[in-house]
Amino acid sequence: MSTQDLYQQVIIEHHKKPRNFRKIDSPTHQAEGFNPLCGDHLWVYMNVNAAGAIDDISFEGDGCAISKASASMMTQNVKGKTVDEAKAIFHDFHRMVLGQLNPEKDVHVLGRLTIFSGIWKYPARVKCAALAWHTMNGALSNEATISTE
Amino acid sequence: MNRVAENLLHTKLDHAAIRSDFPILARQARHGKNLIYLDNAATTLKPRQVLDAVYDHYAYGASNIHRGVHYLSEEATRLYEGARETVRDFINARETKEIIFTSGTTFAINLVAKSWGRKNISAGDEIVITHMEHHANIVPWQMLREETGCILNIAPINDRGELDMAALESLITPRTKLVSVVYTSNSLGTINPVRDIIRLAKKHGSAVLLDAAQTVAHTKVDVQNLDCDFLVFSGHKLFATSGVGVLYGKRAILEGMPPFMGGGDMIKSVTFEKTTYADLPARLEAGTPAIGGAIGLAAAIGYVRNIGFDSIAAQEKDLLTYATGLVSDIPGLRIIGTAAEKAAILSFIVDGVHPHDMGSLLDAEGVAVRAGHHCTQPLMTRFKIPATTRASFSFYNTRADVDALVAAIKKAIEVFA
Repeated sequence: MSTQDLYQQVIIEHHKKPRNFRKIDSPTHQAEGFNPLCGDHLWVYMNVNAAGAIDDISFEGDGCAISKASASMMTQNVKGKTVDEAKAIFHDFHRMVLGQLNPEKDVHVLGRLTIFSGIWKYPARVKCAALAWHTMNGALSNEATISTE
Repeated sequence: MNRVAENLLHTKLDHAAIRSDFPILARQARHGKNLIYLDNAATTLKPRQVLDAVYDHYAYGASNIHRGVHYLSEEATRLYEGARETVRDFINARETKEIIFTSGTTFAINLVAKSWGRKNISAGDEIVITHMEHHANIVPWQMLREETGCILNIAPINDRGELDMAALESLITPRTKLVSVVYTSNSLGTINPVRDIIRLAKKHGSAVLLDAAQTVAHTKVDVQNLDCDFLVFSGHKLFATSGVGVLYGKRAILEGMPPFMGGGDMIKSVTFEKTTYADLPARLEAGTPAIGGAIGLAAAIGYVRNIGFDSIAAQEKDLLTYATGLVSDIPGLRIIGTAAEKAAILSFIVDGVHPHDMGSLLDAEGVAVRAGHHCTQPLMTRFKIPATTRASFSFYNTRADVDALVAAIKKAIEVFA
């Protein structure tokens, strides 16, 4: 993976036009995520229904292209899924960005999120990709503030 | 004309010879690109002369200092104490007792805070720092404030990143016990008017600490001429290894400082009832120090002196002027830190490209820079930015390095276009 691949067109596109980039008023779950090292800072909002499905998910905030694109793709990916499914994806995503899961060999539920598979080679950037996911996981675990440092 | 020859037109330095002193400059960075090292404010590269001195100590010297009666220990002691004399001479301190070896700048400031500070600062006393301090010159004083109830005053800066001297003057009062300021800002490159600051502090009887971490590799520092009370710096930003640094303090002040760490080497005698402390400088250097580090620091000082600060300053000024001119023409790029008196540090942000993405994309071209808040978060808040990308130069850099930086910035902007 070259650095150009780190900034594939899909990532640039999501960075420029992030999906679900808005606030949800009175969400059932929300959390604030910080990456103190970089200054990446975002909020994740979710509406989870009685059956445990994620009816809506959105985010706001500011950060680098990797963190913003990752947040954008995360919201697209988990919208409509159940909380358990979202947690399973978080689990796989987390292992993938740490280099513990190889999407070409290992079974996974990541879909298009494998675009971030090479990021483990850039340790300084792993937290950028993982921030939104940790924040979503924190929201589901009723933690108000998530710091990735 | 090749790049090296072109450089010779601007400075007197023999670039080919100088660059060959630094083995790392021959290596490749990511994707097999030639290394363009522009992260000198984080740490400087190490010339062969320093590496050889450190290697020789551990390969053939190895011994601990001050205690063995054997030949090798005496030799190591001579080299270590010789390094202290080299440092003394380098910053023109009066005597070697005023040179305390520490692990670096951060340790040196903490030593002052926890020894001098605890003894001399009490509730209601005031300490003045500036808005452009590194966290290492903020947090130790906040910790002292927690302990003592003293007051920490912050001198503001203007939009160019220059200290507001009128505001500083009004903050220094008879209640001020210490003015602790950065000599050269690691984030902005601002060189502070330390002479004026010291004069203002002395008027009210305040002590002055200068954080010279970003200064000593670039310009001559004379502590007697400055008349500062403390001056601190790190070896690794002066072409030596990490793990060694210096606290300079005026003898009368150091003599009044209680030991901050207890242990071996800092005592005259120990019984279970009473311990008598050693004299300076050993009293403030408990435990086995970075012996090889100090020997390497002396070699680094020798190396720098051999090149000469006139040549170093001329080369760095040329690089800063050249780089500033080129990046100023890049649309959407804004330089953070435009002080009139400025070291060869170029911090910038680019519209639509986060500093971390810029850092990664420069890295893809082999250009090593720092991206982040540079341990100056209050300063980033002052400029309402999360971070900057920072290129910082040293005398071994060339205009070709600047060209590579500028080309890589333009390429990064295209990725996000």
